[in-house]
Amino acid sequence: MTVTHSGQRRTPKAAKTSSVFKKVVMAVSGIILVLYLVAHMVGNLKLFAGAETFNGYSEWIRRIGEPAVPGQTVLWIIRLVLLVAVAAHIWAAISLWRQAKRARPQQYVARKQVAQSYASRTMRWGGVILGLFIVYHILDLTLGVANPAGHDATPYDRAIAGFSNPFVTLVYVVALLALGFHLRHGVWSATQTLGQSNKTRERTVNAFATVFAVVLTAGFLIPPLSVLVGIIE
Amino acid sequence: MNLKLRVWRQRSAAEKGKMVTYQVADVSPDMSFLEMLDVLNEQLILDGEDPVSFDHDCREGICGSCGVMINGRAHGNGLFDSHPQTATCQLHMRSFKDGDTIDVEPWRATAFPLIKDLAVDRSALDRIIQAGGYISAPTGTAPEAHSILVAKKDSDAAFDAATCIGCGACVAACPNASSMLFTSSKVVHLGLMPQGQPERDDRVVNMIHQQDLEGFGGCTNIGECSASCPKGISMENISRLNHDLLGALRAGARPKS
Amino acid sequence: MALELFTVGAPIADTKAPMDVPIGERWSERRFRAKLVNPANRRKLTVIVVGTGLAGGAAAATLGEAGYKVKSFWYQDSPRRAHSVAAQGGINAAKNYRNDGDSVHRLFYDTVKGGDFRARENNVHRLAEVSAAIIDQCVAQGVPFAREYGGLLDNRSFGGTQVSRTFYARGQTGQQLLYGAYQALERQMAAGSVEQFARTEMLDLIVVDGKARGIVARNLITGEISTHFADAVVLATGGYSNVFYLSTNAKGSNATAIWRAHKRGALFANPCYTQIHPTCIPVHGEYQSKLTLMSESLRNDGRVWVPKERGDTRDPREIPEDERDYYLERIYPSFGNLVPRDIASRQAKNVCDEGRGVGPNGLGVYLDFAEATERLGRPAIEAKYGNLFDMYAQITGEDPYEVPMRIYPAVHYTMGGLWVDYDLQSTIPGLFVIGEANFSDHGANRLGASALMQGLADGYFVLPNTINDYLAAGPFEKVDPQHPAAVEALEGVRAQSERLLSINGTRTTASFHRELGRLMFDLCGMERSEESLRKALDRIPEIRQEFWTNVKVPGELGRFNQSLEHAGRVADFIELAELMCVDALHRNESCGGHFRAESQTPEGEALRDDENYAYVAAWEWTPEGAPPVLHKEALEFEYVHLAQRSYK
Ligand SMILES: Cc1cc2nc3c(=O)[nH]c(=O)nc-3n(C[C@H](O)[C@H](O)[C@H](O)COP(=O)(O)OP(=O)(O)OC[C@H]3O[C@@H](n4cnc5c(N)ncnc54)[C@H](O)[C@@H]3O)c2cc1C
Ligand code: HEM
Ligand code: SF4
Ligand code: FES
Repeated sequence: MTVTHSGQRRTPKAAKTSSVFKKVVMAVSGIILVLYLVAHMVGNLKLFAGAETFNGYSEWIRRIGEPAVPGQTVLWIIRLVLLVAVAAHIWAAISLWRQAKRARPQQYVARKQVAQSYASRTMRWGGVILGLFIVYHILDLTLGVANPAGHDATPYDRAIAGFSNPFVTLVYVVALLALGFHLRHGVWSATQTLGQSNKTRERTVNAFATVFAVVLTAGFLIPPLSVLVGIIE
Repeated sequence: MNLKLRVWRQRSAAEKGKMVTYQVADVSPDMSFLEMLDVLNEQLILDGEDPVSFDHDCREGICGSCGVMINGRAHGNGLFDSHPQTATCQLHMRSFKDGDTIDVEPWRATAFPLIKDLAVDRSALDRIIQAGGYISAPTGTAPEAHSILVAKKDSDAAFDAATCIGCGACVAACPNASSMLFTSSKVVHLGLMPQGQPERDDRVVNMIHQQDLEGFGGCTNIGECSASCPKGISMENISRLNHDLLGALRAGARPKS
Repeated sequence: MALELFTVGAPIADTKAPMDVPIGERWSERRFRAKLVNPANRRKLTVIVVGTGLAGGAAAATLGEAGYKVKSFWYQDSPRRAHSVAAQGGINAAKNYRNDGDSVHRLFYDTVKGGDFRARENNVHRLAEVSAAIIDQCVAQGVPFAREYGGLLDNRSFGGTQVSRTFYARGQTGQQLLYGAYQALERQMAAGSVEQFARTEMLDLIVVDGKARGIVARNLITGEISTHFADAVVLATGGYSNVFYLSTNAKGSNATAIWRAHKRGALFANPCYTQIHPTCIPVHGEYQSKLTLMSESLRNDGRVWVPKERGDTRDPREIPEDERDYYLERIYPSFGNLVPRDIASRQAKNVCDEGRGVGPNGLGVYLDFAEATERLGRPAIEAKYGNLFDMYAQITGEDPYEVPMRIYPAVHYTMGGLWVDYDLQSTIPGLFVIGEANFSDHGANRLGASALMQGLADGYFVLPNTINDYLAAGPFEKVDPQHPAAVEALEGVRAQSERLLSINGTRTTASFHRELGRLMFDLCGMERSEESLRKALDRIPEIRQEFWTNVKVPGELGRFNQSLEHAGRVADFIELAELMCVDALHRNESCGGHFRAESQTPEGEALRDDENYAYVAAWEWTPEGAPPVLHKEALEFEYVHLAQRSYK
């Protein structure tokens, strides 16, 4: 005999993939993206070294691996890995999001959060902002289609042209702040998900997550803001 | 003191529920929250109305029967700085002020179907235990107790995890309605003991599988659970569970059917 | 003795313990002589176990492991919530890990003496024998007992014994032991050998051809009343301290299961033996719903006192030393604050009766740690008692590090219960009773840390062995739900519930329960006299009468209805209260927790009357109107010699 009537229970769809597995997918893909972002940020800072260096760096990315492999091979591998990571990350996010929605269809009338930080609360919508931003960002600076300097300009010129426009920079600022918050909770969460946290480490992990999020956000924000205020021309 | 209560009333899962307002007069600061509800109920009975159903038993914070959302917080934990984290039955009215309005709601989660008013069915938690939250030691098979030595620090940590009273506040408080803190407390308790090793991999894999089947949400490490837990079960246990689970999956453990 | 109160029937005796061998061999001899059930036959035998506390949880799990088909019932939502979960202090076992001279014989001796020579020697000896195996079993299940740095189990001394034989898990021993049994039970549920009936309350016993064959139970969620059948029924439904309304028991703790079985023919033994625990947090108001126990260990360092003057309402810290009465130290110079529970409780009552009690309603005494804090330092006090101090502060809103604690005795444990033989079988064949629900191994007073031991001994080791002897004759003829006995029981339960719902009077169930509780505490509590008991016996039938004509129970039978649950339980408590008073009145001696004002030494200590009362009083229910029938089981003391307890 069950405790409640069978009719009273909403039988959840059999969970084929465990929630923890999804979280691991999220953490691993997130970390791949984070590692890429670190490299990306360092690359962006080369804007300060002038057009030649920056364009050279951009050119170098395309040629990594040559002549052993044909041009752009490594770049495409990197792009593919990133694409898969983003796709996996989004799949896991959406699937956990839906699971959470199903797990509490009826909301509380009164609700008060004490432990939840702004960062953890905004993971999902922040993630959506990031996703939209990634699309825009590729259109803007990688493909150049959404860039005022156009498709044929050098990477350096595209960056300068884009960031001179206060609206473009505003979009970047918003997105990068979202990234900062996403990583503030993401780094801590990934540590938990991968089972690497414990009571003694907890403080350190959290402190590291904050510092890391601030440094990465700042590292990304400095070039566009410098363009906007004219430090880089 | 006089209080205004807004209580979730719902005759059964099949019927619609709503918040209903009651005035409770002459509440003594020494009353526990449940004693305050008793007073309300006696008044309702005498007025010919249906008293409010809520689960409770030991009334000393150990059986895990009681538990309601108080002003949006599970067991009211986190509302009052001075009050330690406890179960609802150990919250006393001196924490409130004359004229306060208090919202009282049941735990809300798909995995906890409502029975009536503030009482819900938490048997999903028992089924998670059934999936592997034990050590298989049939009566009579045990070796002499001192043939198993347990380092004090492991034993103490296992005890800390084992104090979970299965109240379900972690689920109620979690924005994802996840029971991860509950499940982790048992995985860690048994996983820290030498006796728990042989079944360690299967235990974690099966318990997580059952947790998902029951319709709980996935954990995103937010921490509302721990901040609402009457026993202060720490988030560290969730990390340890994840660690065990990844190891178990790598070692080839898979859930039973 | 007034004859109208009861009549005396034929004596009874246990016939199962093999008396032809020495006491140390009786248990193994009994197991040898008991019939066995072939493993293949066990699947065909069904056992109903009511209760999932230490006794019921352990028994259901063990019987399931053995291959029987078990049906497990309990009234809470989860088996883990049985009130065993609340035990704090610890569990005794004769392991002699401290090498301090402990042994099976010493545990046996201490328990018989602690019970004031009103327990059966054979049962107590067996309890001591199996105690060690309980610890092994619990450790194997992963119970996180307190340990020392070397990884070995830690022990402490508890409840006035001179050896350290108490195993504990911080202040939550009962919780951890229960979870061990609960997990074993859940494992059997997953394996399919134990069928679960959560939130299902037993409301009657079905007796067919003189044998217990099933129960009537109500599903508390749907309100459905149904019958359940088996080859044997085991009751493990805990104690009945809630007769007193305020007690340390859970709100749902009830006598219903054993009381209804009693009304079906099971004898009820020693109902008046109740234990009142001295260190509880005092009552603070009319609306109070339960009392909270604080571990007895507090008396190791705290000093108990009241002001010398009556009605002294000064802040305790302002009362100078020479105006305080450390009455336990004064009366019992050698044991001081560490006298046994019954004595500490009664003396607290005495000083309050003199008008020297403290606190808002004068029902409290101080438990002062000022001297200990000075001697040991605050950190040491925090380390030892921190969690208890926090609990006290949480409930009372007072800081015990600053102001002395106030404590008062509260009803805590009932030694009485259904009469059982050495096999734990009641006087109804096929009805077994284990744990606090039986009249147990504790005589007239239970020693600290020995109820957990008894519950687990019964559940893990005793019942699963003795029940085979009965089941070997099964499977018994299948009982049809249409059998007249089943229909009669089912309809009786339904009729009673419907009657309760239809009275629609002007008083709540709780108001009757409170009235009954206060009456019992005042007149049949720590001290009883012929006068007080007669007064109670006059009043209880009036309460019963008013209850059945003026109670107001809202709601419907066919729904979740907590008011109806409570009303049914109170109806039974009222009847049981009457039997308790009759038992207390008939036992014109003081022993253990039963203190008759008429029977005391010149110094005011309990005075036993072994000549006339060295027996178990087993009561037979008689239908309304007729007085209960007393059956005496004579107690022989072969191995522990009768002696007066002295704690001076
Ligand atoms: C606060 C407190 C502290 C204690 N501390 C200690 C200690 O330190 N050491 C010690 O040795 N002892 C201690 N004791 C005593 C000891 O805990 C109990 O005697 C013992 O746990 C009782 O176990 P049990 O299995 O018999 O019953 P319980 O644990 O009370 O279980 C009763 C079971 O029966 C079920 N039930 C009851 N009625 C019905 C019904 N009508 N229908 C269906 N199911 C029903 C309940 O659901 C429950 O599952 C303490 C007791 C209390 C109250
Ligand atoms: C720049 C790109 C991104 C990076 C570097 C990144 C990084 C991370 C990391 C490290 C985590 C932690 C994983 C864990 O919890 O174990 C995480 C979690 C998450 N990410 Fe992203 N992410 C990115 C983009 C996105 C996008 C586009 C979405 C869109 C849906 C998204 C949604 C989420 C969600 C929902 C979580 C889980 C939240 C939680 O644990 O509380 N992320 N991310
Ligand atoms: S982890 Fe804490 S909140 Fe969750 S069930 Fe256990 S005791 Fe309750
Ligand atoms: S009633 Fe038992 S924990 Fe609150």
